[in-house]
Amino acid sequence: MKAMREAYGEALVELGAANSSVVVLDADVASSTRSILFRNAYPDRFFNIGIAEANMAGIAAGMAASGKVPFINTFAFLLALRAADPVRSLVAYNKLRVILAGAYGGFSDSYDGASHQAVEDVAIMRSLPNMTIVVPADEHQVRKAVFAAAEFDGPVYLRLSRAEVPEVYKADNDFIIGKGAVLRTGRDATIIANGYMVTKALSAAAELAQQGIEAEVIDMHTVKPIDRSLILASAARTGAVVTVEEHTIYGGLGSAVAEVLSGSNPTALEILGIKDVFGESGSYEGLLAKYGMDQPAIIEAVRRVIAKKI
Amino acid sequence: MTMDASRTQQLKQLANQMRIDIIEMLHNVKTGHPGGSLSAVEILISLYYQHMKVDCNNPCCGDRDRFIASKGHCAPVVYVTLANKGFFDKAELKKLRQLGCMLQGHPDMKQIPGIDMSTGSLGMGLSVGVGMALSAKMDKQDYYTYVLLGDGELQEGQVWEAAMAASKYGLDHLIAIVDCNGVQLDGRVDEIMPVGDVGKKFAAFGWHVAECDGHDITAIDAALDGLKELQDVPCVLVARTVKGKGVSFMEGKNIWHGKAIEEADYKIAMQELGGACQ
Repeated sequence: MKAMREAYGEALVELGAANSSVVVLDADVASSTRSILFRNAYPDRFFNIGIAEANMAGIAAGMAASGKVPFINTFAFLLALRAADPVRSLVAYNKLRVILAGAYGGFSDSYDGASHQAVEDVAIMRSLPNMTIVVPADEHQVRKAVFAAAEFDGPVYLRLSRAEVPEVYKADNDFIIGKGAVLRTGRDATIIANGYMVTKALSAAAELAQQGIEAEVIDMHTVKPIDRSLILASAARTGAVVTVEEHTIYGGLGSAVAEVLSGSNPTALEILGIKDVFGESGSYEGLLAKYGMDQPAIIEAVRRVIAKKI
Repeated sequence: MTMDASRTQQLKQLANQMRIDIIEMLHNVKTGHPGGSLSAVEILISLYYQHMKVDCNNPCCGDRDRFIASKGHCAPVVYVTLANKGFFDKAELKKLRQLGCMLQGHPDMKQIPGIDMSTGSLGMGLSVGVGMALSAKMDKQDYYTYVLLGDGELQEGQVWEAAMAASKYGLDHLIAIVDCNGVQLDGRVDEIMPVGDVGKKFAAFGWHVAECDGHDITAIDAALDGLKELQDVPCVLVARTVKGKGVSFMEGKNIWHGKAIEEADYKIAMQELGGACQ
């Protein structure tokens, strides 16, 4: 088990060896995002742009238009907010291959408090045409996502975490952008999660099984484009869906799943996430519990949604 | 590139014809930005007819010089220039800003041959220029990246973030040109939000600065020649211009930043420029 940010930095170095077009930019937080590992390995292809996130995104657009494959790094909230206009008008509009690596997603920078926690980034990115959004669940998926994003046709928002989280996958797992993964099958309800919430969902499903409830668990690592057919097939089998994301309940994974279900097969649904409030300082697990994204909260939501089955 | 008297005369005539084409195009569709296009005519001519290495038959050629209209609302003058240079058919100019057309309200690299970066939202073009110039430097290519900025646009903080970065990386193949027409949408730049001494500001950010009359093609040409001699430093040409240049009632008037040209104004403008009304 290793911190996802460490896995990210190591994957960048590995990618840098395989692809000489890869360049890495950071906005004075390379030690935090771990892009510093790439700087140490390939100083000629690393650019510290200073505390100027919008400029970093604009420079990356110019580099991508010149044949480079830029990875830009800073805290997730800064990429989604400070750099929003160049990300929209230059990167997304022109469908440039720029990988936006949003570090410290969700509550993972827990002690720094609300100013540094990213609870709205996925919603903002999801509203941009041409943008693809990937939220990896563990260190192995981070590595796979880094390599897949570098080959992807168009920009990818890679929402990363500061946290050290248990391994969900084996190192050689299959990973395809846009294709969710069924990690556990079940007939009573479907739990759709991403990021660290996949681990929480699996632990909730294990506990529910003890209580005689079989929950299916889907890792929806790609929030956009969302894997419609996987959602619909599972919802048709179980008739009850719970989504869990480390993000506001507005505009993220839960909304994306609701859009799919309401348009094609209205299904009982519970959306778990941050309920339209800002976070606060505290321990990571403490925050997840307080704001309703831990194992007991998921178990309760599954029981509620089963009771709501149409 | 050296200019003799006949070349100068030829380009002056081209400038007048381009002003006629801009007025014609904007009157035709009754939408678009005349003021900041007319102020940049000589700058575009100097770039595309004297300096830039571009090929209309191979608009994406890897070693071409790049041009970014950071003040993207000057799309009309850019489109007229590109059409004149053969990047696309002049008939496209008649469809400016219309549904399904190639010529969007602001430059669009995905649709328009010869546009190196889509622009429109102000203050971001210099960052893009830094990215292109950095890429050229990494790849040991010697193409130039030219970025055209407005003086009102300098109110955007990102311009100065980019200015710092260009200086840090010593981007001597990045040349910014500021179309200092002194007028922005809501009024005069020195009233709305003074940008102060533009040259001194860039100098303080580590740039080499040249200034000239932005309507004197010979002066622009000589200034750019001089800037290209310099090494390890980004360069800016502060071009003193007049917004709406060439059409008396538009000159220096902020209302002509983005006003539609109606029939009566069109006739006066064409008369002044010596063009025939279509």
